[in-house]
Amino acid sequence: MCLGVPGKVLEVRSEQGTRMATVDFGGVTKTVCLAYVPEVQEGDYTIVHAGFAITRLDEASALETLRMFTELGMLDELGEADAGVPGGAT
Amino acid sequence: MKYLDEFNDPALARLLFEQIDAAATKSWAIMEVCGGQTHSIIRNGIDQLLTDRVELIHGPGCPVCVTPLEMIDRALAIASRPNVLFTSFGDMLRVPGSREDLFSVKAKGGDVRVVYSPLDAVNLAQEHPDKEVVFFGVGFETTAPANAMAVFQARDRGLRNFSMLVSHVLVPPAIEALMTSPTSRVQGFLAAGHVCTVMGTRQYEPLAQQYRVPIVVTGFEPLDVLDGIRRCVLQLESGRAEVENAYPRAVRAEGNLPAQEMLAKVFETCDRPWRGIGMIPMSGWRLAPEFAAFDAERRFDVGELSVSEPEARTLPRGRSAAGHTQAGPVRVLRQGVHPSHTDGRDDGLQRGRLCRLLPVPPARSAGGGASWLRPPPHRRSTSRAGRARCRFGTRTAS
Ligand code: SF4
Repeated sequence: MCLGVPGKVLEVRSEQGTRMATVDFGGVTKTVCLAYVPEVQEGDYTIVHAGFAITRLDEASALETLRMFTELGMLDELGEADAGVPGGAT
Repeated sequence: MKYLDEFNDPALARLLFEQIDAAATKSWAIMEVCGGQTHSIIRNGIDQLLTDRVELIHGPGCPVCVTPLEMIDRALAIASRPNVLFTSFGDMLRVPGSREDLFSVKAKGGDVRVVYSPLDAVNLAQEHPDKEVVFFGVGFETTAPANAMAVFQARDRGLRNFSMLVSHVLVPPAIEALMTSPTSRVQGFLAAGHVCTVMGTRQYEPLAQQYRVPIVVTGFEPLDVLDGIRRCVLQLESGRAEVENAYPRAVRAEGNLPAQEMLAKVFETCDRPWRGIGMIPMSGWRLAPEFAAFDAERRFDVGELSVSEPEARTLPRGRSAAGHTQAGPVRVLRQGVHPSHTDGRDDGLQRGRLCRLLPVPPARSAGGGASWLRPPPHRRSTSRAGRARCRFGTRTAS
């Protein structure tokens, strides 16, 4: 029920005075209410639940987390070739 | 898809499994609070590959299954009225009340419709001025901002034919109820990431301190879940009990302030019975008096409709730890089968009915799969030829 899905904000507009957006979920687009994320702009990623964007996904934090995972491996000297930076992280 | 694929990376997942394995020198029982995390754990076979020293206990994180029987009965009573257009998220339609579910009301000709967002219900009210449009407002803190906005907009648009049947539940009081239960085996929590996007992480700090329990805010992709487990184990091993954020790309300490502002306007805290658990004091939200005109319980006068739920234990009122000692949720947990899965029947006919909401691989479903009420330990038995399979590889059981 609390499923939140990440999506990319394609286009922002105003509907009946409310900030709305078309959000792309890996090919499927939906209309989403942006009332709770005034900072979200076109091109941003957001988590959507029940038709509402509830948070902006922070790219720097995401990359930081992934970098930390990779470093854990190197600290452990487990960082073989396949434990490198995963694809699509950029 | 960005932010999905990266957090599904098998190489990094293996690394995290190894980290957890190395970190856990003792046995630990960790509860993932949220049904979404349970789903991810089962779907990705994380429990299959995890060291035997870490036991995952599935938490009460499914608002669908904790919605009290009487609330479902109220929904059914309202939805059966001739002039009502009853709207709900799809997963509420199969939840049994004392006699039937919303699907059967629909089958009998009731106008029951599934909506994707509560705003769709508001739009329906605008399109059908001749109908009473009711939305079933169920959910945790994640869903509450959407529901609050629907009520707010209905008032803004001057709609007199929209109302909401509100049965909101809150996570922190449930964690507290678990921690004060004498039978609880939970030593650490993975807090629900999306609940925290809305409410932030600070409200968990008093809980972590008072009950000396690590609370790690955790996301939903496999790497998120594994990192939550890893951090929780590290805390347990070093005797720390802190609130930690393992989902920083989505969760800020303060949460979503505009959403919290709206919630404070539209809702107020109230006692709420949890199906299969009983009353937990101040564990829910209802509409604030200012929005009473939109309260479906009042509009349809079903507030008094109550049924007794035989299996439910009622937690004593009052918040003192001593007050909770007689009957905690975990006692119900130990009974193994959620009352809403059996509907009070022993023949098991209804068992797993709700579990269909969460697709569980056949091999796992026998034991109840996603059910948070499955008696611990829920881990695989070593009987499966000593090998556990998971999409991240295989593990030879030690
Ligand atoms: S499957 Fe059943 S018990 Fe498990 S979360 Fe869903 S409704 Fe609740």
